[in-house]
Amino acid sequence: MTSTTTLFTPTAATPMSSHWRDFLALAKPGVVRLVVFTGLCGMLAAPGSINPVLGFAAILSIALAAGGAAAFNQWYEADLDSRMKRTARRPIPAGRVAPKDARDFAALLCGASVLVMGLAIGWLAASILVVSIFYYVVVYTMWLKPRTPQNIVIGGGAGAFPPLIGWVAVTGDITLTPILLFAIIFFWTPPHFWALAMFVKSDYAKAGIPMMPVVRGERATRWQILAYALFMVPLAAAPWYLGTAGIVYGVASLVLTGMFALLAVPVGLRTSGAQDTMKPEKRLFAYSIIYLFALFGVLVIDRVLQDAGVIG
Amino acid sequence: MNENESNRMTPEEEARFKKARKGRNLAIGAALLFLAVLFYAITIVRMGD
Repeated sequence: MTSTTTLFTPTAATPMSSHWRDFLALAKPGVVRLVVFTGLCGMLAAPGSINPVLGFAAILSIALAAGGAAAFNQWYEADLDSRMKRTARRPIPAGRVAPKDARDFAALLCGASVLVMGLAIGWLAASILVVSIFYYVVVYTMWLKPRTPQNIVIGGGAGAFPPLIGWVAVTGDITLTPILLFAIIFFWTPPHFWALAMFVKSDYAKAGIPMMPVVRGERATRWQILAYALFMVPLAAAPWYLGTAGIVYGVASLVLTGMFALLAVPVGLRTSGAQDTMKPEKRLFAYSIIYLFALFGVLVIDRVLQDAGVIG
Repeated sequence: MNENESNRMTPEEEARFKKARKGRNLAIGAALLFLAVLFYAITIVRMGD
């Protein structure tokens, strides 16, 4: 024993010195931000009003559920994450959080989210929250992701729930508009994620995840990115021409989605060479995030203008 | 050196460990306090419905 050692010995209950920031990182705050935003927009775009305290509780529940599901994802995929450059520094593969601590933290967040939603809003919204957590953790992470290149297509449903939940929190029922909002995120997810998968392809291949570019090849993925992006144009404008959103949303959705489709054209038509910088793919991925923020933001502005009687 | 001694921390590691544990405890305390206030507020609002 050297002179620098002390009698302080970590016990089994305190195996490592995880910082609270490591637990925050488990919840993927970047993803939660987008989820909270779309949930909030679903709530603000819904006809009717909600008490601010209950509205806050609903948004908090959505954030806790998203964070909990993300932590479950990181717990389950710690082994895969350690094999990919992009994810190797996450708290579990980097050894900063013990796997069982991450699992317990995830269960705590998910449990708290359902409880708060049920007590503050109602058990319909809480039930949808349970379905969304189950969808992301079991259907996407455990079942689809390691098995099929369509993982992102079907798994995209998990990220599409927040505006639906936000809407239900205000109105108490499910109508056409929240289903359209669900569909917009559902069909936005594949081109968004495959654009990313194009430039981190080797990482996914190394980890053995059957992402579309790895399994079906670059050409097929590029065509599908373009097809989904083009389909987004009529889909994103649907709340306007079906009469549930105003002209401001209609025009903005055509411009924003038109830009999305335009950026997808070079991605869809080109072939990458050796040492390719993947600029069009990176540009499409970056824009896809801004696009979703902007589209849902405009939906809320449109609702505010309609309520104020500025537009019909 | 037995196994117990090899598991012991250096003073620097111990200080880091205690600092991280204190940070976690404070975060848990703040979260619990926040939840207590939130549940109180939800109860008051729901009682007024």
